[in-house]
Amino acid sequence: MRRVHVAMLVGLGILGLVALDQAQSDPLNPYTAPPMLALGSGLAATGGHCAAPPPPVR
Amino acid sequence: MTQATAHAIPPSAPGVLLRTGVLALVAVLVMAVALSAGPRAGAILAIGLGFGLALEGFRFGFTGPWRRMILERDASGLLAQLLAIGIVACAALPLLAANGAELKGAHAPIGFAMVGGAFVFGAAMQVVLGCGSGTLVNAGSGNAIGAVALPFFAIGSFAGAYHLSWWTALGRLPVATLDGTGGLAITLAGLAGIAALALRLGRKGSHRLPARYWGAALALAVLAILHLVVAGQPWGVVYGLGLWVAKAVVAVGGDLSGSVFWSAPANAAQVEASLLTDVTSLSDLGLIGGAALVAWWRAGFASPVGVLPARAWVAVIVAGLILGYSSRLAFGCNVGAFFSGIATGSAHGWVWFIAAFAGSWVGIRLRPALGLEARK
Repeated sequence: MRRVHVAMLVGLGILGLVALDQAQSDPLNPYTAPPMLALGSGLAATGGHCAAPPPPVR
Repeated sequence: MTQATAHAIPPSAPGVLLRTGVLALVAVLVMAVALSAGPRAGAILAIGLGFGLALEGFRFGFTGPWRRMILERDASGLLAQLLAIGIVACAALPLLAANGAELKGAHAPIGFAMVGGAFVFGAAMQVVLGCGSGTLVNAGSGNAIGAVALPFFAIGSFAGAYHLSWWTALGRLPVATLDGTGGLAITLAGLAGIAALALRLGRKGSHRLPARYWGAALALAVLAILHLVVAGQPWGVVYGLGLWVAKAVVAVGGDLSGSVFWSAPANAAQVEASLLTDVTSLSDLGLIGGAALVAWWRAGFASPVGVLPARAWVAVIVAGLILGYSSRLAFGCNVGAFFSGIATGSAHGWVWFIAAFAGSWVGIRLRPALGLEARK
């Protein structure tokens, strides 16, 4: 087995992940997407990040 | 080997036409994402590709330099990391101070679980020789250990996030940050202090950084600053991996309402939305793709995969799970906590570094016992 085989398996896994995700997720709409740059957009940063403190327990 | 053969393209290296075609295909892919998910998504994917190109292209990372510092007293890789963080801090802290509504730092609380998670992460990353970014790079470049560890890293990340509130309830301090000019001065002084300590402990000559380390440090710094400006948040890795598993759980009928984290409105909405709208998923996918591109460009895919004993593969799977789980408790991996945390003024980044470095010392000594390298 060579590295190319491993990389192909990883690539297939990612392709499968993206394909399945597109099949089950809300459809994409580029017209409601945020502008290219967050800086200067006037919008609050809302993306998920591993350093974000946990949400409060309800 | 003569000079001519040393610089010759390996026989299995792709030709110019094929290379041009693949680069065009990558550009089309980025454009397609930009057109379907918006220009920001395309830009973040391109930045992720840049991270992969830089890390694999300069053969740079976080785990290897720490290992060389501990085993060989070679401080050069650690110094390059500190340099990159310092450059990012010089841009990020003023940007955050002036644009606090649009940009956010990697700010997290210090706590018992955070410190323990960082220690365990440091040990596990030395077991698989791959941290958060390193596992993605390794998987993309055809490294079997990285490829096997990656899905378990993702599962661990999902599970760690699932239980995060329980762990943080064990005890944590309020979020502490270093802000503005004063914060930048303290951050740079801290980085200089660590560098001075590394130089004092390092062997003679390790203050000379190889050209590739300079290239890697500068490239990572520029890309990290771009990431902050484009995405509104610093470079991270782990959230996206856990999100992939959360989406898979929901796809097979799983219920995430029992998790404070995954049922929180922002995270629940992201589980419903496309991966191509998630910042860390995009940069993670780009990172894997960039690493793969460099490996293919260099004809590195022709190398055979090493043979390891069964217990070594079990260790890789367990270490992958631990990497993912512990990085959530630690509020980030080497990227989200160490690199981005310190560069954006989070006190937890400094504590993460100390705890993970101590864990690395342990992890290096675990590798021979787990069959991942010969006993000395």
